[in-house]
Amino acid sequence: MSEIRRLFRTPWLGPLLALCLLYVLFTVLAPDTFARQSNLLTMLRQTAVVGIAAIGMTFTIVLGGIDLSVGSTVALTTVVVAESLRAGMGPVAAAAIGVLTGGVLGLCNGGLVAGLKISPFIVTLGSMSIVRGVAKGIADEQKIDADPRGLDALMQSHHGSLALPPGVWLMLATTLFGIGLLTYTKLGRQIVAVGSNAETARLCGISIPKTTLFVYALSGLLVGLAGVLEFSTLTVGDPTDSVGLELEVIAAVVIGGGSLSGGQGSASGTLVGAMLLTVIKAGCTHLGFPNWVQEIFTGFIIVVAMSIDRLRQRAR
Amino acid sequence: MSESRAPGLLEAAGLSKSFGATKALSNVQLSLSAGEVHALLGENGAGKSTLLKILAGTQRADSGTLELLGHPYAPNSPEQAQALGVAFVSQEPALCPDLSVAENILLGALPGRFGFVDRAELRQRAGAALARVLPEGAPLPDLARRAGDLGQGDRQLVCLARALAQTECRILILDEPTSTLNSSEAERLFEVVRELTRSGIAVLYVSHFLEEVERIADRYTVLRDGQFVHSGAIADTTRSELVKRMAGRDVQELFPRSARSPGDVVLDLQEISGKKLPISASLTLRRGEVLGIAGLLGAGRSELLRAIFGLEEVKSGTLRVKALLGPASPLRRLKQGVGLLSEDRKGEGLAEGLSLGDNITLSKLESLGSFGLVSPKRRAAVARAYLEQLGVRAQGPEQLARDLSGGNQQKICFARLLHHGVDVLLLDEPTRGVDVGSRADLYRIIDQLAGRGNAVLMISSYLPELLGVCDRISVMVRGKLGAARPASERTEHELLLEATG
Repeated sequence: MSEIRRLFRTPWLGPLLALCLLYVLFTVLAPDTFARQSNLLTMLRQTAVVGIAAIGMTFTIVLGGIDLSVGSTVALTTVVVAESLRAGMGPVAAAAIGVLTGGVLGLCNGGLVAGLKISPFIVTLGSMSIVRGVAKGIADEQKIDADPRGLDALMQSHHGSLALPPGVWLMLATTLFGIGLLTYTKLGRQIVAVGSNAETARLCGISIPKTTLFVYALSGLLVGLAGVLEFSTLTVGDPTDSVGLELEVIAAVVIGGGSLSGGQGSASGTLVGAMLLTVIKAGCTHLGFPNWVQEIFTGFIIVVAMSIDRLRQRAR
Repeated sequence: MSESRAPGLLEAAGLSKSFGATKALSNVQLSLSAGEVHALLGENGAGKSTLLKILAGTQRADSGTLELLGHPYAPNSPEQAQALGVAFVSQEPALCPDLSVAENILLGALPGRFGFVDRAELRQRAGAALARVLPEGAPLPDLARRAGDLGQGDRQLVCLARALAQTECRILILDEPTSTLNSSEAERLFEVVRELTRSGIAVLYVSHFLEEVERIADRYTVLRDGQFVHSGAIADTTRSELVKRMAGRDVQELFPRSARSPGDVVLDLQEISGKKLPISASLTLRRGEVLGIAGLLGAGRSELLRAIFGLEEVKSGTLRVKALLGPASPLRRLKQGVGLLSEDRKGEGLAEGLSLGDNITLSKLESLGSFGLVSPKRRAAVARAYLEQLGVRAQGPEQLARDLSGGNQQKICFARLLHHGVDVLLLDEPTRGVDVGSRADLYRIIDQLAGRGNAVLMISSYLPELLGVCDRISVMVRGKLGAARPASERTEHELLLEATG
């Protein structure tokens, strides 16, 4: 009984149902194209970048923070990876540098939030612009062509095969990592504690600066990883790429039950949220709707999801 | 050090602390012994909070000595104080609402291996800690439950359990622990406190309720205006002596009562019921009278007041305000001359970050200028008049509301109602968190209002106050409002019986 009740309280149950419903709806409306297995594969691939960045954002939002610099960081990462490859580095080294780029930027954001006690919204609003500028500066406002040296394989599946590309596996692994961290580790519970009530957490001996630094750095590493996958998709370094990506990422977290006031959110919910966004986009494309219809529809879904969540909380 | 008592656990002498030009504490002493409940008494602004903050490590004294078990004690942070065995449980139980009960209790020292939380151990240790703060035989709350879903009483138990679980606790500081509890929860707390002192813990107990202090404390220390006034055994003193020491004056006229002559009915409720509470409430309120509602927390008293003011839905029954029927909303009620003083001063009563002038004039800016403009000059003049009239201790209309003490904040809330010109006042726990001296001021304000022909409907959990201030008193029991009877025919004992019946 209490297990059932607990299940009903799971914040991402609603989004999951919505995801299933929309999937069925689009399958019925576009049985020839949308329902194909290859489309499922495509949608998973399209979710990978947003999904991985959104798992990182989940930690940030559960902590009570926010990161607006995600899109810029992804763009810078693609530029850095491309430059590294052009400088003659191997694919593994270039990817590692890309991931670290995100990590370092996350650490900087975290340091400013924790050290100067500036609100994360302001800090990352600033870094959003700074990082975008740096990316354009390094790339000289050009797309950077580079031989991907196999990095493009991260997002490709073998022709005709239904095996998932490595990038999708990375997304699933990241999600499992996120679930494990937030639910089962001391550090994860401390992150929830800080987001839930920072003052109490501090009184209980949890170091808020350390937790903040850790969360932003970890989140940054995941954004870096998302950036490497973005490069793998684009196969060029593009400093103007991923503008506004952070909003999609935040939307995925929030649809999945994350609360912008902190303390609430889960990696599983975030994955559902990210998938939901992709299904809407893909479905609209398959039905031949223009882009602007997709955007309106996506916006509606976010608002509806929030209103349902609001009602659910009130019923409790 | 005196030889007659057990050796001092904590000895403070000559403590002083200033904030800018104001001396919050000067030359204060305090001595705590193991196993005693020590009441810290004083009006708001007497320096209690500052002393508590120094003990709990959130502030440091400018001068003076502080010793714990004979060693110098100067905690830099609450964590450090806690590590040394001094735990502080604040008035508002501070929890992480999104964590489980068990996690809250052991937060900061979650048991585990390789970074993973050991859930079995967590449950077992949290359960043991919780059992310590529950009276024998009481059922254990669900440890897996989300802490945010707990009631106030249970929240406090979780905070207590946490304070005791984290380190070897020697001194437990309880700041107004019963202000958010109902009477059965308060009883449970008293039992727990007694149990804890038996194990040698000293409890420093801060409360405005002197009855409570008389029941539970062994010794007391009184502060007034930042200075040490007196310390002694509770058994050797009387309530009026305590009040005199706190206020520095006789508070004989605590409940002033001018001649009141009830006039027309302004509020007429017949069989009102709300969404959940109240279940059934009928009453009539006349001009020039104060009607009190007694009852336990959760009986539905606040819900009734909020329903009258249009903040909560009325499901059935008729509600007439000055003979008018019709839909209710706060805006409509204010236009009809009905005002509500919320029990939640910080959350609903005041805009804490705004100035006193803003707060007083907030609900009615029309009189402050023409063409929809607000003249700061006129606002200041209006506010200054109220500050003077109500005896608010403040620097002036530009001071921020959050900088005032509880009693003075409440006067600002009254001033807003007066400025709005309401003549039916719904007062929800008007003296909660207000010191004795300011309470007397509030009683005088209420009395003057009634004397001038205003109608007052007032909720209070403090029975002496209801008996002293009200003309008639009703008791609300589990959502049902009993008949109002003259206060002169009521006694504290009888009200308590009816409320718990």
